[in-house]
Amino acid sequence: MSVQLAGGSSRRVRLTYREAVRAGMRHALSADDRVFLMGEDVGSYGGAFAVSLGLLDEFGPERIRNTPLSESAFVGAGIGAALGGMRPIVEVMTINFSLLALDQIVNNAATLRYMSGGQLEVPLVVRMATGGGRQLAAQHAHSLEVWYAHVPGIKALAPATVEDARGMLLAALDDPDPVFIFEHATLYPLEGEVDEEPRPVDICRASVRREGGDVTLVTYGGSLAACLAAADDLADEGIEAEVVDLRTLRPLDMDTVLVSLGKTHHAAIVDEGWKTGSLAGEVSAQIMERGFDLLDWPVQRVCSAEVPIPYAKHLEDAALPSRERVAATVREMLV
Amino acid sequence: MYSAAKIHGFLHLYIGEEAVAVGVLQALTPDDAIVATYREHGQALARGVPAASLMAEMFGKANGSSRGRGGSMHIFDLARRFYGGYAIVGGGLPVAVGLALADRLSGREGRLTACFFGDGAVAEGEFHESLNLAALWELPVLFLCENNLYAMGTPIRQELAQPDISLRAESYGIPAEPVDGMDVIAVEEAARRAAIQVRRTGAPLFLELRTYRFRAHSMADPDLYRTKDEIGDWRQRDPIALLEARLREAKLIADDDVSALESDVAAELDHAVGVAEAGPFEPVEDLTKDVYGRSAQ
Repeated sequence: MSVQLAGGSSRRVRLTYREAVRAGMRHALSADDRVFLMGEDVGSYGGAFAVSLGLLDEFGPERIRNTPLSESAFVGAGIGAALGGMRPIVEVMTINFSLLALDQIVNNAATLRYMSGGQLEVPLVVRMATGGGRQLAAQHAHSLEVWYAHVPGIKALAPATVEDARGMLLAALDDPDPVFIFEHATLYPLEGEVDEEPRPVDICRASVRREGGDVTLVTYGGSLAACLAAADDLADEGIEAEVVDLRTLRPLDMDTVLVSLGKTHHAAIVDEGWKTGSLAGEVSAQIMERGFDLLDWPVQRVCSAEVPIPYAKHLEDAALPSRERVAATVREMLV
Repeated sequence: MYSAAKIHGFLHLYIGEEAVAVGVLQALTPDDAIVATYREHGQALARGVPAASLMAEMFGKANGSSRGRGGSMHIFDLARRFYGGYAIVGGGLPVAVGLALADRLSGREGRLTACFFGDGAVAEGEFHESLNLAALWELPVLFLCENNLYAMGTPIRQELAQPDISLRAESYGIPAEPVDGMDVIAVEEAARRAAIQVRRTGAPLFLELRTYRFRAHSMADPDLYRTKDEIGDWRQRDPIALLEARLREAKLIADDDVSALESDVAAELDHAVGVAEAGPFEPVEDLTKDVYGRSAQ
């Protein structure tokens, strides 16, 4: 595989995040006969988030396969199809539903290469929506990415931009291992400009989305927007925040975080998961292990409140990391 | 070897169920895929995975079938399309459906995926999801329920509200047939018929192979949940003894053949143990090798 980094010379187009994922899938389906999509209502319904809208007409029901509500069977069938030489894209409606497929993911997808002494290969891509902010309450709004990032043998990606939404899917399809892509559900309408020609993006490195010298905000996925907004607010007060988008949750690119910390000596991690056992906790621990001497202030974490995410808007807003909570945390660090 | 502490971890003996693996595997071709359980050395041997490679795996050696990474519950042999031992009950079924889906989507007609599982798996959700999916998409899966009457130590009548397993398969529109799993000839005949039909129609089929394990669930099981009489009754129908008697009756074998066969088996076992003893352990420096196919750093 040759990962060509985006940023070539082709024409720029404006897409939503949803259209970008679809464009990535369309490109892959056109370019490679081994690629197919399966999941609940990905066919004529167009996917619960309308990501696959129109693909059934273009590619037909053999390659755009509606599945029954059997997460374990269709994720496991994705594993088997990958073993059989295909390049399946499996859409699980949301991360909450993916728990029904955890056996297949953790016990099979993640283990087969290793457990077979390197004989088997599971080039599977699983996409799912994640996160809260849409008043869907405690069975549709959680951010459980860290559970997947915990498991060796799989890779976990969290595209936060339109370019990553498309390019990470293509990179994932080029990868020889199971790759899980977590699409924050509030991002689907997000618009951005990308090269017209779809290309895979790097999936090994974090990205500095905003430069600044006073504090490092480490984040990913749906929380990137809150961090960038908080950075704008802080800039008005003379505080320059650097925003690092982790992009890949497993394996973590801590080098980029530590380089930033070398400049700012302050880190706050913004993660929509619950604080206890969070990805923010992992990043924080790795900072302690590798960058303790860089710190002028204890690492701070802005995470979701330790509650099942509530329905009522004012409660949900209070539970999730917000621009205001991020900015307030930074102000306390820099007093 | 287990008692001599050469083999560790769990070990689930196949003694008593031999006719199932041997009979079914006669009906498969090298192009067919096989998915099995944690009691899969029978299927692996019948598929032609060398005994030495299995023994070395159980010894945890680098010349084992999975380089000592899997142990007895996780035998893999990609060259023989032996896609492994799955140790979460029911966990292999969705994978088998996917292998069959890959054959369908790649236009590899005439292939099938043979999926072995036990009666315990019938209570798992993955059993139902997988049968439904295979039937819905008309995929060439040969489902092989190895019904040894116990889910570990729980008898089937305490586990399944409807213990007629074939009936459950039929409820998904999958033709199902119970077979005497102690009679290797009956198993082979049923498997051949089934395989022909799966290849012809491309749709799934289900065999319930009624068998019994003579030994405990695993080496860790004190076998307190069944009587010696029950085990003794089943031993009267030992599949190997039954076959031998039948062959003798048909004058197809004589004492000489049996003793020659026995000494061949003993020699093969000695060889397997020798290869396993002599095999190297994988260097600890390779501990993290093959977690990923491409460097994840």
